[in-house]
Amino acid sequence: MSAPASNLADGFQSRAKGAVSNPQLRKSFRGAMDFLMAKRASQFPNDADFHDLRRQGEAIRRYSLSRLPELLEQLEANLTRNGIQVHWAENAEQARTIIIGLAQRAKADLVVKGKSMVSEEIELNHALAAAGIEALESDMGEYIVQLAGEPPSHIIMPAIHKTKEEIANLFAAKIPGVDYTDSVDELIQIGRQVLRDKFRTTRIGLSGVNVAVAETGTLCLVENEGNGRMCTTVPEIHIAITGIEKVVEKLEHVAPLMTLLTRSATGQAVTTYFNWISGPRRPGELDGPKEVHLVLLDNGRTQAYADETFRATLQCIRCGACMNHCPVYTRIGGHAYGTTYPGPIGKIISPHLLGLKQTHSLVTASTLCGACAEVCPVGIPIPDLLIHLRQQAQGAASGEPAQLRGAGSGHKALAILAYDGWRQLYAHPSLYRLFSWFATRLRGLTPKRQGAWTDSRAPLVPARRSLHELMAQRNRSQPP
Amino acid sequence: MNAREQILGRLRQAQAVALSLPQLVPGADVPDPNRVERLKTQLEAAHGEVIDARHGDWCNIVTALCTAKGIRRLILAPNVPACGVGETVAVERFDRPLEALKEHLFLGVDAGLTVADCALATTGMLVLASSPAQPRSLSLVPPIHICLLDAGRIHADLTTALTAEAWGSALPTNLIFISGPSKTADIQQTLAYGAHGPKQLIVILTAAGSLS
Repeated sequence: MSAPASNLADGFQSRAKGAVSNPQLRKSFRGAMDFLMAKRASQFPNDADFHDLRRQGEAIRRYSLSRLPELLEQLEANLTRNGIQVHWAENAEQARTIIIGLAQRAKADLVVKGKSMVSEEIELNHALAAAGIEALESDMGEYIVQLAGEPPSHIIMPAIHKTKEEIANLFAAKIPGVDYTDSVDELIQIGRQVLRDKFRTTRIGLSGVNVAVAETGTLCLVENEGNGRMCTTVPEIHIAITGIEKVVEKLEHVAPLMTLLTRSATGQAVTTYFNWISGPRRPGELDGPKEVHLVLLDNGRTQAYADETFRATLQCIRCGACMNHCPVYTRIGGHAYGTTYPGPIGKIISPHLLGLKQTHSLVTASTLCGACAEVCPVGIPIPDLLIHLRQQAQGAASGEPAQLRGAGSGHKALAILAYDGWRQLYAHPSLYRLFSWFATRLRGLTPKRQGAWTDSRAPLVPARRSLHELMAQRNRSQPP
Repeated sequence: MNAREQILGRLRQAQAVALSLPQLVPGADVPDPNRVERLKTQLEAAHGEVIDARHGDWCNIVTALCTAKGIRRLILAPNVPACGVGETVAVERFDRPLEALKEHLFLGVDAGLTVADCALATTGMLVLASSPAQPRSLSLVPPIHICLLDAGRIHADLTTALTAEAWGSALPTNLIFISGPSKTADIQQTLAYGAHGPKQLIVILTAAGSLS
C-alpha cells in the first residue's frame, strides 16, 4: 500500500510541496488535529497526573525492552501452551510467506483484516492479491482508503484526510447499488452491511496486537468498532501479526499502557472493546477460532535495539499523539512522508525499517520544536533521536557496526564545510568579531537570490551594525 | 539458522542491561457502595443504557424491553437463567457450535442476552469471560446486546479485578471488556454508533447473588 520505497527520499520534498499547496487537505488535517489535540487534553486535565502515569508507562516499556529476548521466549512458550501457534519473521518477505502459506493451506480466497499497521508495513494486501487471495480491510477508515486505492494517512484515523462528501462519492461509485448520501450514519450503515457479509463468510481473520503478555500468553487488542472482535471471533482461523517489541511481562503492566494509549490516541478513557485472546476455542466451547497464529516480525527492529539510544524508538505504543501535535505533520499530512508510519514516530522508525538511504530527508523534516516528546505517553525523546539520526545520515559513512544501513547517504560536503566554518566562528570570539565587522560593512553585496531560502522568503541581509558594536557604542556615549 | 534464532541472537548481542521496575501505583479505590453509581454513569456516558432491577424481576424487564425495542427474536447465552419472556418474542438458546448457527445469528436475530462475569466501576466496563456457557459472539453479532449484571460482582478497576478473579493463572480463551455499543468516528471525526457490533447496549443490574 505504501509508495515505492526506491524513491522515498527523492519524492518527499515534492510530495510535501504538493500537500502544503492543497487547501482542502490542509483544512482536513488542521481540523482533525485540533479535534484530536482537544480530546487528548480533556483526558489529561492535570499535568502532574499525566507525568505520573507517563513515568509508569515509560518504566514498563523500558523494563520490558531491557528483557526483550527472555520475554519473547516466555511469550512463545505460554502462547504455545495455550494452543496459539507462533511464527517468527526476520523481514517483510518472510512474514508475507508465512501468512500466504496459512491462507493457501486453508484454501481461503478471502482474508478479512482488522486494523494492523504491521500488515501495512509488510505490504500484505499486495502480496495476498498476487497469490489470488482477496484482502479486505474492515476498520471503517481502512475500508474507505482501501476502496479509494490509497494507503492510510494516519495510524489511528486512516481516512482523516477525506471529507464526508468525498467518502459519499466514493461509496456511490464503488459499492454496487449504493446511492449518494453524505449522512455519516447512513455511510457507516452501508459499510456495516458490506462488511458483515464478509465477517460471516470468511475463513480467515487477521488482526494486529496492541500488547502481548508473556506471563500468560495473551494477545490484547483495543478498538471501538467491533471489527477487531469480528476478525478474531467469527472466522475459523485467526492470524495476528505484531512487531517483536510489543511484549510486556505481566498482566498488571497492561492497564497503565492501555489507558495511556487510548487517552493519547483518541482522548478516550477506554475504548468500547478491550479484547484479550489467550487461545483458540477449547473443547466444549461453542465459538471462537479453531486456530490462532501469531507472527512475530523483526524487520529492522533488532537494528534499533542494538543501539542503546535508538532502543527508545521501540518503546512506542502507536498512539499517534506525536503526529496530532506535530506542526509539520499537520501541514503536509500523512501521505507526503511516503512511509507506512508517518509523522514524528515514522521519522524515527522508518530509518531502521528501510535504511537511511531512502529516509535521510525525512529526518530533516522537523523543526525540533519538541511537541512530540512533550505528549509522548511513554517518554520517547523523539527530537534527540532525530538529531542522532541526522548525524548518521549526514556524517560520513564509517562502516562501523553501530551505524545504520545507508549512513552517510545524506552527506553533503558543502553543508558540512559551512557548519564547520560556523562552529569555528562561534568558538573563537576574535574570529567572530572580525567576520561580523566584514559582514556588516559588505552587506550591500549580499546576493538577492539565496537558493531555496528565497523561493518563499525575503533574502537574509546582515544588519548595518552588529549588536556587539551597537552595545559598545551605547556604553561609550552613556557610560553605565 | 532459522528466523527465531537469528532474531533472538541479534537481541542478545545488544547485551541490554536488565532494568528493574519501580512499584506501580494502584488506581484510587472506589468504595463498594459507590460502585453501582460510578458504573452507571460511565456506561451511560458511553451511550449504554442501564436499568436497575435490583428490587424487581429482571425477567419482566427483559419482556418490557422486547416490547419497547421491537425485539421479536431473542437468543440467550447458555448461562442465562430460565426466564419466561412474553408470547410475541421467539426465544432460543445459543446451544450449538457457531458453524451451525452463524447465518441465523447474523441475519435472523434481533438481540442477544448474556450474563456478565463481572464489571469494572472506574472505567465502566462489563467483563465477559468465554466458556462453554459464555459464547464470544453473542455479545458481538446481534444488533442489540442485553447484559445481566449481578450487582455484587462490580470491582473497582482492572487491577483489583485481576487480583480478585485470579485470572492470571488460567485466563479464559477470550476475556472481553465492553464499555458501550460499537462506535466509530472514522468519517470526519463524526461519532456514529453500530459500526460492526451491537448498535445498542442495555445493562440490567440484578440483586447480588440473584443470577447464580
